[in-house]
Amino acid sequence: MEATNIKTRKLRTMYGGFHPNSSNMRLYAKRKEGAQGLVLLSRQVCVSSALCRKNLAAAGPEKFTLEYIQKQVEEYEIGKRHLANMMGEDPENFTQEDIDKSIAYLFPSGLFEKRARPLMKHPDEIFPKQRAVQWGADGRPFHFLFYTGKQSYYSLMHDLYGKILKIEKHQDRLRAKGLFSQDAQLISLGPSRWLTKEELELLLVETISTHDYDRFIKLMERMLVMPYSSTEEEFVQRYRRQLEAQSMKQMVPPLEKDENGVAFSTAEGRRKTSDSSVILRDCGSGHITINGQDYLQYFPVLQDREQLMFPLQFMGVLGRFNLECTVSGGGRSSQAGALRLAISRALLSFLSEGDGEAMRQAGLLTPDPRVRERKKPGQEGARRKFTWKKR
Amino acid sequence: MAVRALTRGLLGFRYSRAATVASPCGGHHYVTAPSVKPPQPQADDVTEKILNQPLEKPDFFRVAELFSLKDLFDARVHLGHKKGCRHRLMEPYLYGCRLDHDIIDLDQTMEHLQLALNFTAHIAYRGGIILFVSRRRQFGHLVETTAMDCGEYAHTRYWQGGLLTNANIQYGPGVRLPDLIIFLSTLNNVFQQHVGIRDAAKMNIPTVGVVDSNCNPSLVTYPVPGNDDTPAAVELYCRLFKMTINRAKDRRKQMELLHGLSAPTS
Repeated sequence: MEATNIKTRKLRTMYGGFHPNSSNMRLYAKRKEGAQGLVLLSRQVCVSSALCRKNLAAAGPEKFTLEYIQKQVEEYEIGKRHLANMMGEDPENFTQEDIDKSIAYLFPSGLFEKRARPLMKHPDEIFPKQRAVQWGADGRPFHFLFYTGKQSYYSLMHDLYGKILKIEKHQDRLRAKGLFSQDAQLISLGPSRWLTKEELELLLVETISTHDYDRFIKLMERMLVMPYSSTEEEFVQRYRRQLEAQSMKQMVPPLEKDENGVAFSTAEGRRKTSDSSVILRDCGSGHITINGQDYLQYFPVLQDREQLMFPLQFMGVLGRFNLECTVSGGGRSSQAGALRLAISRALLSFLSEGDGEAMRQAGLLTPDPRVRERKKPGQEGARRKFTWKKR
Repeated sequence: MAVRALTRGLLGFRYSRAATVASPCGGHHYVTAPSVKPPQPQADDVTEKILNQPLEKPDFFRVAELFSLKDLFDARVHLGHKKGCRHRLMEPYLYGCRLDHDIIDLDQTMEHLQLALNFTAHIAYRGGIILFVSRRRQFGHLVETTAMDCGEYAHTRYWQGGLLTNANIQYGPGVRLPDLIIFLSTLNNVFQQHVGIRDAAKMNIPTVGVVDSNCNPSLVTYPVPGNDDTPAAVELYCRLFKMTINRAKDRRKQMELLHGLSAPTS
């Protein structure tokens, strides 16, 4: 407790407050309890919250010094070894997964938000990446664009423009030799997308505005359009992310043959909360079994049986296949719908491309996305409101 | 004429101007890093000798040999803008006007360019930070490449308001500001004077600027009247500045080796 006020320091000296064994409580507690009585130590004349309040918003994100982060890293390493000893594991080969499991065991938490649960990770993953000091001992900055304020972004733009100039010079050289051709060697990108603004900010370790990002993308697009730009392909790919190729083609279940040589295929289907699985056998009899029961018994209602038959009737293969189905969950209508989807999918392996396309257009292969909408508070149901009373 | 006498007087003042360059401890600003350590006592007199030796001769770095009047003419440095764009304060630097086009006086340009290059060389010799500024999009890449080749700094982008005047908050405490700012074009993209000229004057940073016939030369410490629009002229300026800075830095290394200092001081 270091006081800067002269009067406070004098009071403390009078009452022995600077001795190592002294305690504040002796000064604040009552005499009959063996202390020195109430001695008011800090005398602030003007105490207003407006003076003490710090402008937290203007301070920006909290900055951590390099020494602090290094200390955190050391503590993490030591803590990792302690944890390994506690769990009876080998401290040398204690991986991050082991740490996560041990923490989940030692501090079980039922919190819904995973990020609010106790966590022990390397400080590099917890503390945001920050810039080290930008200049040397003599004060000269390291980067030649330091004084612009956004050195990484502007140096990226500078390099990009340099590459464009290089490609143009290459084109001029070829034109001089007479070997220039307009539609040669554009960069082939494949299924990929540009880096998003956030990803670019992470890469450059500095914030950029949307305007800057748009200009960067425009310049990149300009470079891609130029002929002979394939020389810079590696540079461009650094700023693109691969997309998973989303094919529009339906996944056809494979056609298998069982011991008797009968071809069959299996497919699954879902509707609302029902799950179904169907094995379609090319027997020629037209028997249908659902969960071990005959379909007439399982679905007494005509509508459900019609749903079941519709894919076969649409394709005109009513008597050809044997169906062995299992279904669970939901009600009778949703089970019928799940089965219909599964049957249509299983049928695909027996039919040609054109028939499959016809099924798709009929809507047999589209899973029905409708699920029960939740009830909201303040209303009677999902959409129904309480009766409105004028008075 | 009176103009010629004035310029000749300026030439005579070149010695004293060079003398004012010799501020102690490498010309750091009051806002700069307190982390710079003072040179060791035993090397102190050697460093002082190294720093004072260039000040004895008027053209120690022989910058006058780097260019001639014919080079300036071939690079179209004498071509100014039309009569209607003329700035009143540029009238002393103009040779005349032919078919409404202003012609800049290349004799004066020679003298001013010599002064400017000499000053740049001295700053580079003493390890000062030089910032190249130009807001012309045509030459931005060229200027940045020139700065990179010299080992100095460039700013050819949008000038944020507090770059010089609010540096401690924008960059962090203890940042060192440039010791010289070279403007390869003093106008910005809307034909107004670049904010950097006014800010440099506020922060006591000397400036070298290529002033065309539509520019205001008043706040620039070492104005160089000349064309700032033609690519040939701008390439000439970049080449000259690059050569002077490299020459000065090499000379400094030579001096240090000559006087037997092991590590170069700033």
